Amino acid sequence: MSMQAAAPVPAHFSTGSAAARATGLCKVYGQGETRIVALDSVSLEFGRGRFTAIMGPSGSGKSTLMHCMAGLDSVSTGSAQIGDTELSSLNDRQLTRLRRDSVGFVFQAFNLLPTLTALENITLPMAIAGRRPDQQWLDTVVATVGLSGRLSHRPAQLSGGQQQRVAVARALASRPEIIFADEPTGNLDSRSGSEILGFLRDSVREWGQTIVMVTHDPAAAAYADRVVFLADGRLTDELLAPTAEGVLDRMRQFDTKARTS
Amino acid sequence: MLRTALRNVFAHKARLVMTALAITLGVAFVSGTLVFGDTVTQALRGASAKNLKDVAVSVQASSRRNPDSEADDARSTALTSDLADKVRAVPGVTSVHPTVNGTATLAAKDGRPLNADNNWQNLATNYSPDTPDTDRDSRFPVSAGRGPTASGEIALDRRTAEKAGYAIGDSVRFATQGPTLTKKLVGTVNTDDPRVTAGGSLALFDTSTAQQLFLQAGRFDELAVGSAPGTDNQELTSKIRALLPAEGITVTSGAQLGYEQAERIAENTKELTRMLLAFAGTALFVGVFVIANTFTMLIAQRSRETALLRAVGASRRQVVRAVLTEAGLLGLGASAAGIVLGIGIATATRPVLNASGAGLPNGPLVVSTDALVRSLLVGVGVTVLAAWLPSRKAAKVAPIEALTTVDQTPPRRSMVLRNSLGGLLTGVGVLTMLYVSTQKNGADTNLKTAGLGSVLALTGMIVIAPLLSRPLIRLAGAVTTRLFGVSGKLAKENALRNPRRTAATASALMIGLTLITGLSVTGSSMNAALKAAAVGGLTADYKVSNTGFVGIDPALGAKVAEVPGVAESAPVASSTLGARGKFAALTAADPQQLGRVSDLKFSSGSLADIGPGKVALSDKLAKDTGLSKGDTFQGTLGFGHDKKELTVVGVYQQTRAVGGAIGTMDDVLPYADGGKLDSILVKAASDRNTSGLDQDIRRALGNSPLLQVQNQEQLTKAQSGQIDAMLNMMYGLLGMTVVIGVFGVVNTLAMSVFERTREIGLLRAIGLDNRGVKQMVRLESVVISLFGAALGIGTGIFLAWACGSLTKSSLSQYEIVLPWARLGLFLLLGLAIGVLAAVWPARRAARPNMLRAINAQ
Repeated sequence: MSMQAAAPVPAHFSTGSAAARATGLCKVYGQGETRIVALDSVSLEFGRGRFTAIMGPSGSGKSTLMHCMAGLDSVSTGSAQIGDTELSSLNDRQLTRLRRDSVGFVFQAFNLLPTLTALENITLPMAIAGRRPDQQWLDTVVATVGLSGRLSHRPAQLSGGQQQRVAVARALASRPEIIFADEPTGNLDSRSGSEILGFLRDSVREWGQTIVMVTHDPAAAAYADRVVFLADGRLTDELLAPTAEGVLDRMRQFDTKARTS
Repeated sequence: MLRTALRNVFAHKARLVMTALAITLGVAFVSGTLVFGDTVTQALRGASAKNLKDVAVSVQASSRRNPDSEADDARSTALTSDLADKVRAVPGVTSVHPTVNGTATLAAKDGRPLNADNNWQNLATNYSPDTPDTDRDSRFPVSAGRGPTASGEIALDRRTAEKAGYAIGDSVRFATQGPTLTKKLVGTVNTDDPRVTAGGSLALFDTSTAQQLFLQAGRFDELAVGSAPGTDNQELTSKIRALLPAEGITVTSGAQLGYEQAERIAENTKELTRMLLAFAGTALFVGVFVIANTFTMLIAQRSRETALLRAVGASRRQVVRAVLTEAGLLGLGASAAGIVLGIGIATATRPVLNASGAGLPNGPLVVSTDALVRSLLVGVGVTVLAAWLPSRKAAKVAPIEALTTVDQTPPRRSMVLRNSLGGLLTGVGVLTMLYVSTQKNGADTNLKTAGLGSVLALTGMIVIAPLLSRPLIRLAGAVTTRLFGVSGKLAKENALRNPRRTAATASALMIGLTLITGLSVTGSSMNAALKAAAVGGLTADYKVSNTGFVGIDPALGAKVAEVPGVAESAPVASSTLGARGKFAALTAADPQQLGRVSDLKFSSGSLADIGPGKVALSDKLAKDTGLSKGDTFQGTLGFGHDKKELTVVGVYQQTRAVGGAIGTMDDVLPYADGGKLDSILVKAASDRNTSGLDQDIRRALGNSPLLQVQNQEQLTKAQSGQIDAMLNMMYGLLGMTVVIGVFGVVNTLAMSVFERTREIGLLRAIGLDNRGVKQMVRLESVVISLFGAALGIGTGIFLAWACGSLTKSSLSQYEIVLPWARLGLFLLLGLAIGVLAAVWPARRAARPNMLRAINAQ
C-alpha cells in the first residue's frame, strides 16, 4: 500500500525528540498488606515518529505503564510527560482535553460505540472537540484502512477486524501526538491482526505517527521499531529493530533468569 | 433457589431502590387510604354514638304545613306538648328533651355573614333543660354564661361565638328564614355535632322562641327520651309507639338510630375510600411499568448467570420461580415499608384536612389486620405479576449463552405483533371515542362506553408507544443534536436503542399526564361554560339574592332603586310555564327594567312588546313547542292547574340569565314561590365607583346575613370555585402517579448507565469530559420524559374532547377550552422531570473508573 501522496506531515512528526517521557515513574495500588507496586521507578522515552512495543509477562505492569502515560490513570510518584506537558500537573478536565486533542487510543475490545456508524465513530473525538475533520486527511485514512464502502455501517454489522480498523482510523484521524494501542490484535484472528499491525507500522513509516503498543505477542512486537521489556514493574531490557525470533529469544532468557534467580 | 433469589435481591440493592420506592409509594397510598377510612369511620361512629348515648328512644315527627297560619312556609307537626308529657309519664322514662329544629345564619359582630353559602350547616334548636327544676341541658354543656330562658336571649356554641367575635352580653344579629333578628348572647356551649365542627354554627333559643321561629307554639320536631339504667329500651320503644298517634310520628330506639347513622357514615366514608383507592390503583398501575422494566433489564444483564444456572442443571421452571421469588421478596419488603408510610400518611391526613375546615372528629388511629393484609397482598401481588413477563424471558435463556465470551446484543425481536395489536387497540379506542363525541348526553351507557373507549385508547397507546418513539425521539434528538452537539446526538441514539425500554419508561409518565391533562381540559372547559352560563346575557353589575331559598320581599325592590349609585334595578321573580306539554322556567320582570340590566338577543319581537298576557319565549322553548311570534296558547302557570291564555310576542336567544320565557311581574308573581322575588339585578351608575356599593345595598335591605350581593366575578367564582378546588385535589392525588413515573425514569437511566459502563469509559478515554457524559445522560432523560409528556398531553386532550359532548345536555354552553398556559406548564413539567430524574444517574455515569470500564472484558 502506498501512503506517499498523503496530506502534509505535521511539523512535530519530524523532530527527533521524545513524544512522551517517563521519569522515575512509580505506581502503587492499595496500602499496608495489600500494597502492590505495579510500576517501580520506570524511566523511559518514547521517540517521536517511532513505533514502540511494550512487552512483558502478565502482571509485569505493561498495561499500567501505558495507562499512566496516556493520562488514564494517575501516577503515584515520578513524572509522566506527553510532549512537554507534565500529566500529574493536570486536573481531570485538562487531562480529558489532552487525551482528546493529543492522544489516540486503540483497545483490545469494545473500541466503538454501538449506536454510531463507522464514520461517526471515526470522527467522534473531533465531534467531541467541536472541530470539523480535515476531509482530505479523513479520506486518506479511511482509504488506507480500506473502510470506504462501510462508513455507514454500525459496529454490529462489521467483523471484528473491520471494527478494529475503524478504531485505528479513529486514532489516526485526529492526527494525535501519540497513539496508545493496548493489545490491539488480542481478539483478532492472525490475518486481521497482521493487517492492523501493518496499518500501524505504515502510519509510523509514512506519516511519522508516534505509536506505543502494549502486547504479549512476539509476532506483534516484531512490527515495532523498538521493543522494551518490563518485568515486576521494572524496565529490564530493550531491543531495536526486533524480529519475532529475537523477541521470543529474549523472553525465554527472562524465563530462565526468573527460574534460576 | 430461594437463596439465589435472596442473594440477587441484596446484590442489586442499589438497582432495586427505585423499584422498591415505586412499590412502597403505591402501597402507602393503598394502606393510608384504608387506615384513614377505618379511622374516620370509627371516629364518626364514636361521635354519633356520643350524641346518642343518652337517647334511649327517639320520637320524630314529620313536618307539614301549618293550616292555621297565612304564611305558605309555616310548618307544624303532630307532636304536641301533651304528647310529650304523656311520654314523660311512661314508667322507666327519666328525661324527655322535646326539640325544635331549624337553621339560623349569623352575622358576625362586624356585619359580615357567617358561612352563609352553606346555611344548612347553621343549626338552630331549643335549649331545653333536662328536668323542670334545673336549667341544665345535658346535650349542650355550657362553657360560659348560661342557657337562654327568655325570648330575647340566644346562646351559641363556643367556636361560633369566637369566630363571630361575640362576647356574652353582645347583641347577636341573625336571620332564620324571615327578617333579621337581634337577641342578647347569654352563654356559650360545647357541641360535637359534625355539621358544626365542619364549619357550621349552632344557635340555641328557649323552647317557646324556637317554636315561634321555626315551628308552631306547643309543637316539636323530635323527643329525645332518656331511660333509667336497666330499662329494656326495646320494650320502652314499643310502649311509647303504642301511646302516640301513628300518623306523622316515627318512634325509633336509640340503638336502632345509632345503627342507622353508623351505616350511613360507613357508606359515606366507603364512597370516599373507593375514590381514593381508584387513584391508588392508578399509581400502582404505573408502578407495574417500573417493576416490569426493572426486571426486564435485570434479566438481560444477568443472562450469562442464568445460562450458567441452566447449564449446571436448573430447569426453566426453576429459573422462572427464582425470578418470581425475587420479585416476591422485593414486593414484601417494599410493601412493609409502604404500610408503615401509609399509617404515617393516615395519621397526618386528619389534622391537615381539619386545618382546611373538614371538621373530622377525633379518635384513635384504627389499624385493622384486614387493611394490613390487603395492602401487603396488593403490593406483593402487583410486584410478582409485573415480574411475570420478564421472568418468561429469563426462562428462554439458552445454556449455551454461558459459554460465549463476548456479550452479544440480543437479537432484536420483531415488534410486528406488538405494533399490530397496539394499532388495533388504539384504533378501536379512538373510534369508540369518536362515537362518544357524537353522543349528546351523560346517560349511563354513554359514560360506560366513554370509560371503555378511554381505557382502550390509553392501553393502545401504551402498546404502540415503541413504534411512536422512533419518529418522535428522532425529532427531539434532532433538536438536542443541534443544541448540544455530540452529547445530544449520543443521547438520541441511546434513547432509540431499545424502543421497548424507552416506551415503557415514557408510558409510566404518560398515564399520569393523560389523566391530569384530561381533567384539566375538562375542568377549564366546564369553568368557561359555567362562567358563560352564570353571567351570559347579563349586563347587571350586581345580583341581589337570598341564600336561604326563601326569596326576597317584593317591597325591597323599590328600596334598592333608591340606593345612591344604583342606576338601574330590576326585581326578578320566577315560576314555571307549561306550554303544549313542555315546561320551562318563567322569568317575571318589568320589561323595560330587564332590558337595562340584560342583553337579550331577539330574533323576532322585542322586550318592549311584553305586557299583560303577552310573553316572550326562548328560541329553545319556541322550537320545542312549535310556537312562534303571534301564536296564542293556553299556558299553565306555576305548579297548580291555573291556565291563562298567553300570546307570544317575541323569541330570544336562550341564556342562563333568564328562563325559557319572560312575562310581566303582575302575571307571574302570584305563582312565584311564596310570592317572593328571586333576585334583584342592579346596574351601578356609570359615574359611580362601584367599590362599596354592595355594602350600601346590603345596608339598605337590612343587612340580613342571608342576603347575598354578588358582582359578576363573584357570580362566576361561585360556579367555578368548586371545579378549581376539585381539580387541585385531583392534581394532588395524581401527583403520586407522576412521582412513581419519575422513579421509573430514574430507574431506567440508572440501569442503562450501568449497562453502558464500558461505553462511557471509552467516551471518557477518547476525550469526552465529565460534563459531556452528564449532559448525555441528562438529555436522554429529557428526551424520554418529553416523549412521555407529549403522548400523555395529546391523549388527554383527545379523550377530554371526545367526552366533552356528554355534558351537552346539562351544560349547553360547553365547548372545549384548552388551558394553554397549563398545558405548557405540563410540558415544562415533563422537561423538569427529565432534568431532575437524571441527576443521580448522571452522577453515577460520570463516576466510574475509566480503566475498569475499559478493562472489563
